[in-house]
Amino acid sequence: MSTAEPAAPRSSRLARAWRFVLELWDVLLRPSSVFGLGVLVLAGFVAGVIFWGGFNTTLELTNSEKFCTGCHEMRDNVFAELKSTIHFSNRSGVRASCPDCHVPHNWTDKIARKMQASKEVWGHLFGSINSREKFVDHRLELALHEWARFKANDSLECRNCHSAESMDITKQSPRASVAHQRFLFTGEKTCIDCHKGIAHHLPDMRGIPGWQ
Amino acid sequence: MVRKPVILLLAILAIAASLPASAQTVSSALRGATPLNEEGPAAPMTPMRNTAEREIRNYPEQPPVIPHSIDGYQIDINGNKCLSCHARARIAESGAPMVSITHFMDRDGQFLASVSPRRFFCTECHVPQNLITPPVTNDFVDIDTMLSRASPGGRR
Repeated sequence: MSTAEPAAPRSSRLARAWRFVLELWDVLLRPSSVFGLGVLVLAGFVAGVIFWGGFNTTLELTNSEKFCTGCHEMRDNVFAELKSTIHFSNRSGVRASCPDCHVPHNWTDKIARKMQASKEVWGHLFGSINSREKFVDHRLELALHEWARFKANDSLECRNCHSAESMDITKQSPRASVAHQRFLFTGEKTCIDCHKGIAHHLPDMRGIPGWQ
Repeated sequence: MVRKPVILLLAILAIAASLPASAQTVSSALRGATPLNEEGPAAPMTPMRNTAEREIRNYPEQPPVIPHSIDGYQIDINGNKCLSCHARARIAESGAPMVSITHFMDRDGQFLASVSPRRFFCTECHVPQNLITPPVTNDFVDIDTMLSRASPGGRR
């Protein structure tokens, strides 16, 4: 008898919750007797706008350089390295920010990447790369992830700005012109095959194809 | 007693010599008209030679100059961007000249399997070229020109 005593309130709470769910289900299934159809449609529309707007605003907020560099892991390592490269500082002042290269622009892929990024939040909370030493130790692993992603989507994030069709090879240096005609235009290689380490410092490149 | 006028004379001479020098502005092709005790304006940066055409060496031991831009090329413990094209195994794809066999040699003259660590940092010897008119003229002639000069006593 004494053992059943503590179990009793828990089961009753569970039962109450279950009853509430059933009642809610009943309410949702029954036609409204208080609000008119027009009011419900309008309210639903307004709520939808607010929800969708809020969702996209939050998405955009987490898709900004300010958000990315809010963590010291990003600000002190990869962002600091980006600053001296052509993707941050150049003659025309057009520049790439973090999500331009690291988040797909297409909606479905973007959401998939955002879900993957929850692991990065975990990494931040548990400090998996919270010092320069830890970051450098993980650099190869992190770089391999990004290279694999670029390789798999044919360097899509590069091509969002750098289109092969718009590339005027007569304006390129002879070396670049020859290489692009031979490897890029034929589809033999994709951007990331040759352009590793253009925005951040490289990890240990031993064993990486094309490197010594 | 005799030395005193000599010292006086030397002092007068020293002052006289220093007077025109302080008023004089030393001008050189490199410094411009900037006085020696001041730092002049920095010369504008010039574009880099990026033709990728090989340049002849001025003397046999000269490290060949780099005829292309090397902006952002990483050369450190993690990797060497130059070797992505100039390494032995990479030249077929890149068409770039291979690093010389001397670069595989250690300091005892033993050949290693890959580029010797002491030859790893390319830009210690090989440098890209900027498109400028040299402010100082150079009348260097290479040895072939020197030897072919028909001068008395020289080799024909």
